[in-house]
Amino acid sequence: MSKINVKTCEQFSNEGKTPEILFWIGCSGSFDDRAKKITKAFIKILNHAKIDFAVLGKDESCTGDPAKRAGNEFLFQMQALSNIKVLNTYNIKKIVTTCPHCFNIIKNEYPELGGEYEIYHHTEFINNLINEGRFKIQGGSFQGKKITYHDPCYLGRANNIYNAPRNLIKKLDADLSELKRCKSNSLCCGAGGAQMFKEAEKGNKEVSVERAEEIIKNKSKIVATSCPFCNTMLNDGIMKSKPESEIEVLDISELLVKKNNL
Amino acid sequence: MKYIPNIIFCVLITYSIYIFYNNILKLKRNISLGKGEVEISGSKKERWKKMVLLAFGQSKMINRPISGLLHLVVYIAFIIINIELIEIIIDGVFGTHRIFSTIGSLYGFLIGSFEILAISVIVCVSIFWIRRNVLRLKRFYENKMIGWPKMDANLILYFEILIMSCFLLMNTFDVEFQIMDNGNIISGYLSSYFNHLSADTMYILERIFWWTHIILIMIFLNYLYYSKHLHILLAFPNTYFSPIKNLGWLNNLSSVKKEIDIINGTVNESSNNNELIKFGASDANDLSWLQILNSYTCTECGRCTSVCPANITGKKLSPRKIMMDTRDRIEEIGRNIDRNGEFIDDNKKLLDDYITKEELWACTSCNACVEECPISINPMSIIMDMRRYVVMEESSASSEINNMMSNIENNGAPWPYNQQDRLNWNE
Ligand code: SF4
Ligand code: SF4
Repeated sequence: MSKINVKTCEQFSNEGKTPEILFWIGCSGSFDDRAKKITKAFIKILNHAKIDFAVLGKDESCTGDPAKRAGNEFLFQMQALSNIKVLNTYNIKKIVTTCPHCFNIIKNEYPELGGEYEIYHHTEFINNLINEGRFKIQGGSFQGKKITYHDPCYLGRANNIYNAPRNLIKKLDADLSELKRCKSNSLCCGAGGAQMFKEAEKGNKEVSVERAEEIIKNKSKIVATSCPFCNTMLNDGIMKSKPESEIEVLDISELLVKKNNL
Repeated sequence: MKYIPNIIFCVLITYSIYIFYNNILKLKRNISLGKGEVEISGSKKERWKKMVLLAFGQSKMINRPISGLLHLVVYIAFIIINIELIEIIIDGVFGTHRIFSTIGSLYGFLIGSFEILAISVIVCVSIFWIRRNVLRLKRFYENKMIGWPKMDANLILYFEILIMSCFLLMNTFDVEFQIMDNGNIISGYLSSYFNHLSADTMYILERIFWWTHIILIMIFLNYLYYSKHLHILLAFPNTYFSPIKNLGWLNNLSSVKKEIDIINGTVNESSNNNELIKFGASDANDLSWLQILNSYTCTECGRCTSVCPANITGKKLSPRKIMMDTRDRIEEIGRNIDRNGEFIDDNKKLLDDYITKEELWACTSCNACVEECPISINPMSIIMDMRRYVVMEESSASSEINNMMSNIENNGAPWPYNQQDRLNWNE
């Protein structure tokens, strides 16, 4: 794929400029093959809307979320303090991210450590762009298609963001079909709390499979989500329980890119 | 001779209040054993609002409409019927009989309402009993819910049925009250079955039920401390002190912050008063007082466990069990102190002896339990504090977790990729 146009904070600073907003890509968006596609999709949207954004590139480091939720508060605070130092050095005030875990920790836990930023999840940010008239959803590829949505724990319950992603799905002219456990009742995908990095404890099922079964029952061909970890887990669950169901797990930014043919 | 009943009544009521008071002191002591860090957030106004909504208004109970509605009836009845206690106590102390009956039709209205509420309570509580023992709802059954917790739940239901029945029966056999014919909506109907009894028999029966009723209430009052029913009192402070923050917020340990400041040289080591700091919690008294208050407030309803993804998929973790274990352990520590004057090591702790690491590591930190709890209890925070101990003090995390952490430490990502390559997605 061709290289996408991105500028780092360092470049901005060398030019003596400051970006309108920082796109915090996160570890998953930087290194995970599936999540990289989400990163690209969101950047396409940013570029299409002509947002003057920057990324940190090699200056970015893990927020410390998996360490904190695994119990290593020490490592978390070390990560947080050094990230805050970088962000403050570049004089960053506004941040957008596609990862609800990065979003949550920067929003709720960084301020006490000296990192106060205006932080948006990309679904919120895109909604704002639409409201400001800077981004328009057009094209007809999803008309009448049944799409279901999986609420990521760290976006929904953790931060009460339920409507922003749903608004976007509705704007696709798609038919949003809710899962039985949705919004504040949503069932975890199984990745949070550092589970992503370890084998699950003994049980009779994997959490991702439990959730996948619910999604399969819903009979939508597309399940939208807005977290790179949920994306991986749900795909995994679907592959384990019914690969022939051919359900696509897509990030909302990817749906928008498809719709607008970016 | 004439005053013997009054004296007996005064002694009994004083004694039961005395025991109750002592239990409250013990409760306060046990809660304050919590040494862990706690952050009380939000303004007083916000916290009052939360308490009024959740504890007083039961706003989250309605999320499960059937039990929510039944519970609401019992709760409202409990509060309202207790007005009648004022009269009963005055009558008991001064030897009067229905001292307030002189206020006329209002009295009838009140007692009439109490009678209707009493019948409603009997109906609702019976349904509760059926749900628990006949329909055997899943959330009432798990390993931890046998023995005392199961008996406790049923005992409360029996208490409530008995107290309400005694109230109705004391009215039924109260000849004067029946003659007054003011407010005897239910008891009037019941008494028609007993017309054939002599006035003396009626009097004796009325006295028996009057005394049984008030004695049961005194016992119930002192039973609270040992029961999950403590929530009728603690739900109020518990919701009041629960954090007013996004659920996603997990506290930043200030002890860790201090340690880092010392390492970075931003704070002088000598300003630290050399106290041995323990990161995280291995025992119940390492938790915060708020977490211990949480454990005493828990109603053991199992709503949290029924939505826990780990529990749903057959893992050992149950957030309800986390709360019950915490309470059991802090009680044990409290009894140890009562016995020995101070805590003597009993070779036990909350970690491993009550809550296993297997349970702790099954949590996805999804906050479903916290969201679900009708009275703002946070089982997840206890899990996280115990993980903190396991990782920072014991360093006994699994190799997978250790790998993830050393990756973050060395290359700034949970996977072994180089930080210099963070823009490589764009190749
Ligand atoms: S936060 Fe942990 S204990 Fe609570 S519901 Fe989620 S997985 Fe279960
Ligand atoms: S923590 Fe809350 S939801 Fe869970 S059993 Fe206790 S009262 Fe019920």
